[in-house]
Amino acid sequence: MATMEMRKDLFADERDDNLNVIGKGVQRQDMPGHVTARTRFFDDHAFDGMLHLKVVRSPHHHARIRAIDISAAERAPGVKRVLRGADVPVNKNTLLSLINFGKDDEPSLAVGKVSYKGEPVVAILADSEAQAQAACKLVRIDYDPLPAVFDVEETLKPGAPVVNETYPGNYFEYHERFDHQKLRFGDVERGFAGADIVMEHRYQMSPIEHAPTETNGSIAAPEQNGRYLVHSCAQGLFFALGTTAKIVDVESNQLHFIGGTVGGGFGGKVDSLTEPLAVLGAMLTGRPVRFVLDREEEMLYGSPRGAERIYIKDGLMRDGRIVARHIRSYFDAGAYTRLSSYAAIKCTAHVPGPYWIPNVASNIYVSYTNRCPSTAMRGFGVTAVDFALEVQMDRLAEAANMDPMELRILNAYRDGDMKPHRRAAKNTALVECVQVAAEKANWPLSEQAKRASSLIGGGAGERSQIPATQLDARGQIGRPDSRNGPVTQVLPAGTSRIAPSKQPVMEGARDGRATPTQVPRYEPQRPVAPPPQAYQPAPPPYQPAGSYSPPPAYQPASPPPAPPVAPAQPQHGAVRFSSVFGTRRR
Amino acid sequence: MAKLPLQFRLNGSDRATFVDPASNLLDTLRRGLGDFGPKYGCGQGTCGVCTVLVDGEPQLACLTLAVSCEGRQIETTSGMADGPNLHPLQDAFMDHFAAQCGFCTPGMLTAARALLAKNPQPSREEVVEAISGNICRCTGYEPIIAAILAAANAPGARRA
Amino acid sequence: MLDLRTCASLSEAAGILSGDRQALLIGGGTLVMRDVNEGRLTDGTLVRVTDPAFRQMSTGGARVELGAGVTMAMVLANRDLACLHAAARAIGGPAVRTMATIGGNLFAAAPYGDFTVALLALDAQVILQSGYGSGRAVPLEDFLSARERGGQGLVTAVQFARPQNSAEFHFRKISRVKPKGISVLSIAAHLPLSGGRVAQARVAYGAMAPTPIRARGVERALDGKPLDQAAIQLAKQAALEGCRPATDAIASEWYRREILPVHLGRLLAGEPR
Repeated sequence: MATMEMRKDLFADERDDNLNVIGKGVQRQDMPGHVTARTRFFDDHAFDGMLHLKVVRSPHHHARIRAIDISAAERAPGVKRVLRGADVPVNKNTLLSLINFGKDDEPSLAVGKVSYKGEPVVAILADSEAQAQAACKLVRIDYDPLPAVFDVEETLKPGAPVVNETYPGNYFEYHERFDHQKLRFGDVERGFAGADIVMEHRYQMSPIEHAPTETNGSIAAPEQNGRYLVHSCAQGLFFALGTTAKIVDVESNQLHFIGGTVGGGFGGKVDSLTEPLAVLGAMLTGRPVRFVLDREEEMLYGSPRGAERIYIKDGLMRDGRIVARHIRSYFDAGAYTRLSSYAAIKCTAHVPGPYWIPNVASNIYVSYTNRCPSTAMRGFGVTAVDFALEVQMDRLAEAANMDPMELRILNAYRDGDMKPHRRAAKNTALVECVQVAAEKANWPLSEQAKRASSLIGGGAGERSQIPATQLDARGQIGRPDSRNGPVTQVLPAGTSRIAPSKQPVMEGARDGRATPTQVPRYEPQRPVAPPPQAYQPAPPPYQPAGSYSPPPAYQPASPPPAPPVAPAQPQHGAVRFSSVFGTRRR
Repeated sequence: MAKLPLQFRLNGSDRATFVDPASNLLDTLRRGLGDFGPKYGCGQGTCGVCTVLVDGEPQLACLTLAVSCEGRQIETTSGMADGPNLHPLQDAFMDHFAAQCGFCTPGMLTAARALLAKNPQPSREEVVEAISGNICRCTGYEPIIAAILAAANAPGARRA
Repeated sequence: MLDLRTCASLSEAAGILSGDRQALLIGGGTLVMRDVNEGRLTDGTLVRVTDPAFRQMSTGGARVELGAGVTMAMVLANRDLACLHAAARAIGGPAVRTMATIGGNLFAAAPYGDFTVALLALDAQVILQSGYGSGRAVPLEDFLSARERGGQGLVTAVQFARPQNSAEFHFRKISRVKPKGISVLSIAAHLPLSGGRVAQARVAYGAMAPTPIRARGVERALDGKPLDQAAIQLAKQAALEGCRPATDAIASEWYRREILPVHLGRLLAGEPR
């Protein structure tokens, strides 16, 4: 690839110069299949006697379902079976229940009410797609429209229509405590008070449709021994398999998922929109079932990247240093959670951007609205907030009468700087990226900016410190009145951990399968070391004083074990994701 | 309702099947005849992943009434290679990394093939126009344009 | 379920269409098959015409007649029809142009129907055949006004007088995506000059109303004047007369109203898009 330039002069002493693949044009292994049209996407498989599944969707943003009449549809030509919510074995799920995060909130087929325009209510299985579509028109559903809410902040106000009955406050509930995800570092109010300039701006991103060239879909077919074969468009095959196993209530080893080539995913093929109903249809009819979204369904009802509203308030000194940053952000999850709960945590882990700022606070909300449920897309949780942060940086540069590139070099993280997440920054390179970009764009930089380096100045003095930090109990679940509460505690400077108030485990699924299945363990032939002990958190260094009394700190029985010789029993996904949710695994 | 018989030549072979009166050519090729090269992307003539050649002219199979193909010559990407020898366009697409997910690739190759059969030395503008009916969500089009221009200059590129 | 009738003669097709309210003509399929694929058209009869007269082109003389089944690709391949090439090229991509017919374009709902806009500025007539009778010519404008009502019979051909000077015929399609994209709007203008002054201007818009429409205000502003800055200014001021643009997925009503006079001015002044 002639166009890639390798800047090996940068950080040259930190790596071996032995790149064998990066920077070279290596052919994709699926390219010959692509150009000969032999690559098999999920729909490129023939099955005898295949049925086609189409769903009847809600025309209302928010409505009670009073009655469903499928009698005419059942009698329509070619129709083999009509499914309603009662036919779905586990008709309530949330995607991340696979890793014990969040409560089940979303039906495969709506019962009782519909919460977004396009929500599936009835599924029709017929010999041809045209017959299924024709039969959909014959389904009669009586709705009582309900007031709907579409704004991420309006929906959080007391009295707003309840969008998602699992979360009656219209927000995702974090760790059974708060209506948002918090990040606290230092004292932003004092930072603002001491700043030369304070500015706050609001940023808004719309939902974005992935619009893959291949629409979402799957084909499920009975195999032998009670197994079901599924050709899926899923980006995460195990996610799709686990979700489907739970919803149709079979052991996961009864499902045989085949994926591979996705015709464009970009994050829009992670929600298992079609596999559960396709498998259920195959189970109930004994025939192969194909469920594919047509283009209109894909654009309107395939989950988009969630819209986000972001408020950034900064305290700036005249010399360009940012001394305080407060971010308040709202994810529009639409009517159901899906992956939005995780997006807010990613966002929290990402703010305040790649800059050293001595006082940082963020409140990230997941709001439910009567819109199409949103999902992942290309760095979700990060991409939108980066747009907001970088536009804000340009505005700060203007306010400080400073070049925007120089402002970034001034404020950039360097190795050793303390991040608000209480980890020291390492392998930073923003300074060098800006310098090279300026060089390529013939953008003049001062000598000082040109001499800056990620390896110099980081961690010096205040920059390596964890400051005394203001904590609060604002925004408790079910207590909107607590949103404007006082500071409840000041963590002393240097505090890097807080004792968890209970075991750091996320809520398990409340319906259906409550515990994840354990991966079977096969005994190897030779003698092995005993299995490692269950994960134990490090003892907390922080000892409380004053009015705040935490529950007794967790005391491990013995120190963490040395790594075993034999392959360890793999922990279920809950631990694999632990570094995201606040526990650490070493 | 009785199905209608349909016969045509597909990639040089005589094929026959039965179709519903309003069946489209795309479903007929894929599910009737097992040629999964042309894809379904929109069903409304916007995306071009179903592009096939009918009597040498590019057409959208999803909007083509199957019955209208009686007796015609249909060509898809599945028949582009000459046995184990790839068409210069197929080689060029590989050399220029002109595909990522690969879903638009059969349609793109067919559109390009139609162009080069009529205009063996197209300008860049003509290449852009030729693929203007084919949407790609992955590559940003530049590698595809480069591949087609490269194939146009390759030996043997005059092959239809 | 949908049935299909293939008619070897135009008369047979016209007869079926006038006798059966659920019968629908399918030309290239670019409009009808979309409705079939998306499940909006599930019952009735599709009528297909294989009569060669349907695709006949008579372009040699002063009066041009094109069968309703003539495709955009066929128009582009015919040098005598150079004045319509810009409009034909604006329809879809190459594959769509192989299939899309002149007759079909007459029925395309806004914001589609750009070829019809060009025909409107050429003062075209539509040849309609009802039942087994012979065809009658109807001004395109009248045909478009009555289009929603339906029941006008089978369109067998369009006719128009060839512009004496093809440089006096202009067509422009304004879209966000290029080269192929759905119209924000389109403009066609036939501005014959006689003694340096515009005589019998014909200007038409696409996507500025439920059907393509004549821009009568612009025509009045230009007739009898030289095509200079002053006349162009008057034309821009009258540009929106009769316009009722829709707000759709492509553009809002407000936006269409804002930009139409700008693009009209550029077209009249010979400036680029």
